[in-house]
Amino acid sequence: MIHLTVNGDPHSAEPGPAESLLSMLRNRLGLAGSKDACEQGECGSCSVILDGELVCSCLVLAADTDGSEIRTVEGIADGDDLSRVQEALLAEGGVQCGFCTPGFVVAATHLLDTNPDPSDDDVREALAGNICRCTGYGGIMRALTALREDS
Amino acid sequence: MRMIIPRSLDEAVEAAAAHPEATILAGGTDLMVSANLHGLRPEAVIGVRRVPELAEWEGRFIGAGVTYARMERGPIAALAQAARTVGSPQIRNAGTLGGNLGTASPAGDALPILAALDADIVLRAAGGERSVRWDDFIVGPKKNSREPGELIIGARLPDDIPDRQAFAKIGFRNAMVIAVASCCLFRAEDGATTVALGSVGPTPMRPRAAEAMISAERSPTPAALAEFQRLVSEEVSPITDHRSTEAYRRTAAGVLARRLLERVLG
Ligand SMILES: Cc1cc2nc3c(=O)[nH]c(=O)nc-3n(C[C@H](O)[C@H](O)[C@H](O)COP(=O)(O)OP(=O)(O)OC[C@H]3O[C@@H](n4cnc5c(N)ncnc54)[C@H](O)[C@@H]3O)c2cc1C
Ligand code: FES
Ligand code: FES
Repeated sequence: MIHLTVNGDPHSAEPGPAESLLSMLRNRLGLAGSKDACEQGECGSCSVILDGELVCSCLVLAADTDGSEIRTVEGIADGDDLSRVQEALLAEGGVQCGFCTPGFVVAATHLLDTNPDPSDDDVREALAGNICRCTGYGGIMRALTALREDS
Repeated sequence: MRMIIPRSLDEAVEAAAAHPEATILAGGTDLMVSANLHGLRPEAVIGVRRVPELAEWEGRFIGAGVTYARMERGPIAALAQAARTVGSPQIRNAGTLGGNLGTASPAGDALPILAALDADIVLRAAGGERSVRWDDFIVGPKKNSREPGELIIGARLPDDIPDRQAFAKIGFRNAMVIAVASCCLFRAEDGATTVALGSVGPTPMRPRAAEAMISAERSPTPAALAEFQRLVSEEVSPITDHRSTEAYRRTAAGVLARRLLERVLG
């Protein structure tokens, strides 16, 4: 049995052999916000913040998260109110099918938390590990550029 | 599956001695791909992500647990350039130098730097520590000479590292690519030049004839640069696979090495 903190709440789980953090979040802790698209670190749809670092949860061994702090996309909205990253993605057409959106939201939130005034290159670089097959990235870039000018 | 999470280097070494069959897990960026896609199911795992000593980087000794995100910001320009080409921010936050050595892929991007500098790999077991030169450590594609019960502690680089240094790799696109060919080059004030290439042989390799030829040239002429490029292409031993052909890699290796030399000569 392992114990970890997810979005500020304590959780316990018994992960299976070689089970990933992504699988544990979705299938044992009922947190299905992080999406499972490739399971090989290529798409970023499963991005979470593990002990302060943005990582792909599909590449984290669940059993190795005992005692860790994790923030997932479920921990980003403020109750029923969307966060400013979520609002901006909606407003600028950065969401179409939405499959990639949780990963983008976590990565963009982590970027703005650690670098409040990123350049265009910083934004591109920070999102280079997140793949979207629908939006063509224009809407996503516009959303984050708008947030940067706001701040 | 038995999971052991040591909190210090001593605990980690003890765990490895008690469970020599256990799989060592660092960032998981290679191991979890094997678990998710190729059915890897280790009996026992020792997770070394939280061992503080492994994450240390002191002068010329880089701990096995140092991540690419840290190498990117570190003082060795060629290593920083190589680290920046690895995967994505998510991969660079998790992936480590020790993991690159553990996997020993011919395409491992940190490895040509270690090869060009003749780095020693430092291993520790319950019985003590040993150092092995990079080419006695990486012995084949995805094969290294780590013994059961040993931990990779880090890599020791020489004290004198020339300021003139560069790394570059070729892949299909800008982000998230495994090298089709990679190259790292160091050139000292007296002309002594070392070159290492990745993805063009079973292990990282040094084109010794090309190194000797160009090291003797204080101010290489265009003819000398062309000869250097030709020798590098001749010395590599690439294969054809799903990423590229043998012929393309051979050409690319020479072009990369020559461009890096031109870059450091400014
Ligand atoms: C999407 C993606 C992109 C990638 N892109 C690149 C790239 O561009 N360039 C590149 O070089 N690699 C790339 N990789 C591969 C990988 O990120 C690197 O090889 C990385 O260095 C592995 O480090 P890790 O800490 O995650 O290793 P892990 O997966 O934790 O371990 C890898 C191996 O090393 C062993 N090991 C780890 N630490 C130790 C230790 N201290 N002692 C003994 N054995 C140990 C493990 O047992 C295992 O066999 C990529 C991977 C992914 C998923
Ligand atoms: S599901 Fe983890 S990166 Fe794609
Ligand atoms: S909105 Fe569909 S994958 Fe990005």
